[in-house]
This record gives sequence, C-alpha cells and structure tokens, in this order.
Amino acid sequence: MKRIITPLFRFTLYLVLIAPLLLFAAYAFSTRWFFPQPFPAEWTTTTFQRAIHDSRTLSSMAQGLWIALLVSVLSLILALPAARVLGLRKFRGRQLAWLLLFLPTIIPPLAIGMGLNILFLQIGLAGTIAGVILAHIIPTLPYTIFTLSSAFARFDENYEFQALALGASPWHIFFKVTLRMMTPSLVVATLFAFLISWSQYLLTLLIGGGQIITLPILLFSAASGGNPSIIAMLSLLFVAPPVLVVAFTARQLNQHGEEIREQY
Amino acid sequence: MRSHPIFSPWLSLAPALTIVLVLLGASLLYAVAESVGYISVIGQSKFSLDAYRNTLDLNSEFWASLEFSLWISIVSTLISSAIALLLAVWLSERRGNTDTLALNWNLAFPHLVWSVALLLFLSQSGLFSRWAASLGLISTPAEFPVLVRDRFGIGIILSYIGKEIPFLTITILSVLRSQSVGYDVVAENLGASRWQRLRYVTIPQVMPALLAGSLLIFGFIFSSYEVPALLGVGYPRALPVLALRFFLDPDLRARSEGMVISLIITLIVMIVAVVSLKMKDEG
Repeated sequence: MKRIITPLFRFTLYLVLIAPLLLFAAYAFSTRWFFPQPFPAEWTTTTFQRAIHDSRTLSSMAQGLWIALLVSVLSLILALPAARVLGLRKFRGRQLAWLLLFLPTIIPPLAIGMGLNILFLQIGLAGTIAGVILAHIIPTLPYTIFTLSSAFARFDENYEFQALALGASPWHIFFKVTLRMMTPSLVVATLFAFLISWSQYLLTLLIGGGQIITLPILLFSAASGGNPSIIAMLSLLFVAPPVLVVAFTARQLNQHGEEIREQY
Repeated sequence: MRSHPIFSPWLSLAPALTIVLVLLGASLLYAVAESVGYISVIGQSKFSLDAYRNTLDLNSEFWASLEFSLWISIVSTLISSAIALLLAVWLSERRGNTDTLALNWNLAFPHLVWSVALLLFLSQSGLFSRWAASLGLISTPAEFPVLVRDRFGIGIILSYIGKEIPFLTITILSVLRSQSVGYDVVAENLGASRWQRLRYVTIPQVMPALLAGSLLIFGFIFSSYEVPALLGVGYPRALPVLALRFFLDPDLRARSEGMVISLIITLIVMIVAVVSLKMKDEG
C-alpha cells in the first residue's frame, strides 16, 4: 500500500507544481478552443507572433527589464557596505539598524506606495522611471542586505589582510579578493532583487501612474476581463525570467530561499 | 578594504538607512497628513478628523471589508498551516532534497500569475468546467459552481493556500531537518506510537516556527492587494482593495478615507509582526 501511495502523492505534488505552465501553454498556443472541449484541438503560434510583434507588450517588457536591472544594481551598491558591517562587526545599535532596515518588509507596499505617490507627485518623480526605481528599491533592499550579510558572517577578512601585506591596493583587494569571494551570494542577491522588481505590481501602478507600463500592469488589466489566449501568453512572458532563475539557482535557493520567499 | 576602527559602522550603513528611512518616513508622514485633511493636490489644508469618522461609521463599507479581509486571512492561514505541517512531517521522514527543490519551484510563480492560473482553471468557462462538461456533469458553463470571483472569497483563499503551503512547508522542514533525529527515536524506543510522537515530540518542536510563519502569512494576506482585486467581487471588497479604490477616486476627498484605511491596515499588520518576532525570539 505504502509503495503505491508515496509515488502517487509525489506525482500529485509535482503535477500541481507544473500545472500552471501547462495551462498557460495550452491557452496561449491554441485557437478556437470552445467550451466544452476538454483539450485544445487546434494549435497555433498566432498569439505568440502577435505578442512578440506588439509594441505595447515589447515596450512593457523592455521597460520592466531595464527597471529591474537598475534596481538590482542599485540595491547591491547600497547593500554591500551595510551588509558588511552587519555581518562582520559587533557595535552598539546593531539591533536597531537591523530593525530599521527591515521595516520595509513589515509595512505593507500599499501604504508605502500611497504615501510615496503624494511625495513623488510633489517632487516630480511620479510617472518617471527614476521614481519607480526608487520605489522598487524599498522592498528589494532588505532582502539584498540579508542575503549578503549572512555571507559576510562567514567571510574571513584575513584574506584581505594577506593581500594588503603583499602590497595590493585597496581597489585591487576589493575587486580581486572581496568580490571574488562573495560571488555566489552576490549572484543570488542580484537575481532576487531583479525578480522582486520584475514582478512588482502595486508600487509600479502607484508611482508609474499609467506612464510606466510593465508586464505585471499589462497582465493585470488583461486578466480583469480579456481574451484567455492573451492572458496566458502574457503570463508565460511574465514568468519566463523567474522560471529560468529558479531553475538555474535551485541549489542556492535551498540555502537562501527562505529569506526572499515572504515578499515574493 | 578593511574599514578602519575609527570609522563608525554607521558610515557604511548610512546610504541604505538614508534611503529606507527618508522614503518610508516621508511616505508615512504624507499618509498621516492626508488622512487628517491636508490634501496637497487640491490645496486643502484644514485639520479634520472627518475621514476617520466616516470610515469608522457603523454604516460604512469599512466594517464589511474588515470582516471579509479577516475571513480570507484567517481561513487561508489556518488551512495552509495545517496542510504544511502534515506535508513537512511526511517529507521529513524521506531522504533527499528533491522535494525541497520542487517546493522552491513555486517561487517562479508570483502571486499575480498564480491567481491568473486559478482564473483560467476555475472560472465558469475555465478548464475544469470544460472537463466537467465533457464528462457530462454539467451542460452549460453557468452550471459550474462559482469558485472565483465569488461572494465568500473561495478563489482568493485557494490562491493564497497554493502559494503559502510551500512557503510554510519549507520553514517547518528546515526546523525538522536541523534537529537531530534523537528525540523521535528516543520516544519510539520508549514505546510511543506514531501519533504520540507527532503530538508530543514533533509538533512542540516546530510550533514556534510554525506560529511565527503563520502570523507572517496572515499579515501578508491581510495587506496585499493583487489577489483579492483579481479574484474578488464588487461587494464585499477586501480592505486593501477598498483603500486603493478610495485613494484613486476621482472625488479627491475620498483620498483621505483611503489613507485612513491603509493606515489601519498598516497598524494591524505591524502589531501582528511584533507578536511574530517575539515568538521567533522565544522559539
């Protein structure tokens, strides 16, 4: 009995996990799939062709990629020094610093976005890429800092001393020793900052104010009453980066996944 | 580059802290200001608590939304926790981390996409409805039960459960895997049954992590917008949906009420988060 149940259970688990992709593919690459046909009868790439030639879809993807790229680079630059002292130093107020940097994970994006909406309208950042990037950094920064600081906690500074003793310049040490040793965590932190920004809906909506259109914005409005094929196609385009990232970083995720999971 | 001892660590923290504190501080400040009547967009600057009074009025939609939000948050949290606990215990008895890898797969699907998938699966002309029809169970789409965009938030709850079970399972699993198998074996040697071991050994072990995780999820669900906006109905609306609708209302005076609701959500979530952090520390 047990020999049947375990594989069956596992099969169900895996099926549930893969089902959304199959569903999106079925809707996106079929045509004239009428009720009550249980499976698509006619396959087509028309929706796909149309999507990759549609200027709105393309520009939303380009804009989303561009924003997410800048957000992850900026979060990394802001996070590195902070994560270093949090991971390596004991100092008075360390707990307080943690708490303050983690506030963005507790305060709902809704409240942050609504407040920033007013602020950014006044200082002219509303509806601009810069404004959206700034807003996205709020949710990505805590996760970047957390990932990097736990890596710094295992970091041995003696390698840097050694390089210094051998006459390396500070920049040389930073690029050739510190960054080199931190590479795996840097990759994970960057990828997840990228994903959090890429999938951000509410902050983009509230700050972008209809000027900055990213894929989640397009998908949301399509899903509120659109053609299933188009909804499915947009979903596929939207999940393509996350699916690739998760597939390629599966191992590291086992160590770092928990930290970013809540937000994402 | 080694930071010199006379450099304060706060110097390194300054860029990140400045960004976070300035943006959060300003955004909360503006939210509070607008909630008490200072609406800069229309140049209104008179202190008034009308928005609070209107929101908390017993006849206002706020109470129906609060009830609905509490309903979906509590039910989703309870169901996810129960299933995650069972799943984690079941998985912890098995070796290898292929299953953990599989659970991580859920990260590839943000809440928005997962909700869209449910929409395509469960709507009255969706995949399951088609299957039911081809099996002869129903003959028209209207006969399929309303599972998304329904009065009781079934679609919303299903969406959250699907996302939160993997999250909680991994949280519990990492606790179970970090403990030595000792306790379980000792209990078994002392003659404890499978059920007794679960009840008196495993559950107390994972309880702090499970409770902290559940509260975290509750806070997240209670304050998030996309899922109820996509899978919910016009009435009752979840609190975040109501807040945003008021905030974006063409009648600019409604904005204050949107702000009030958003501040109330924030307050509740912060209280829950503090309790959750306390539990984690004690665990």
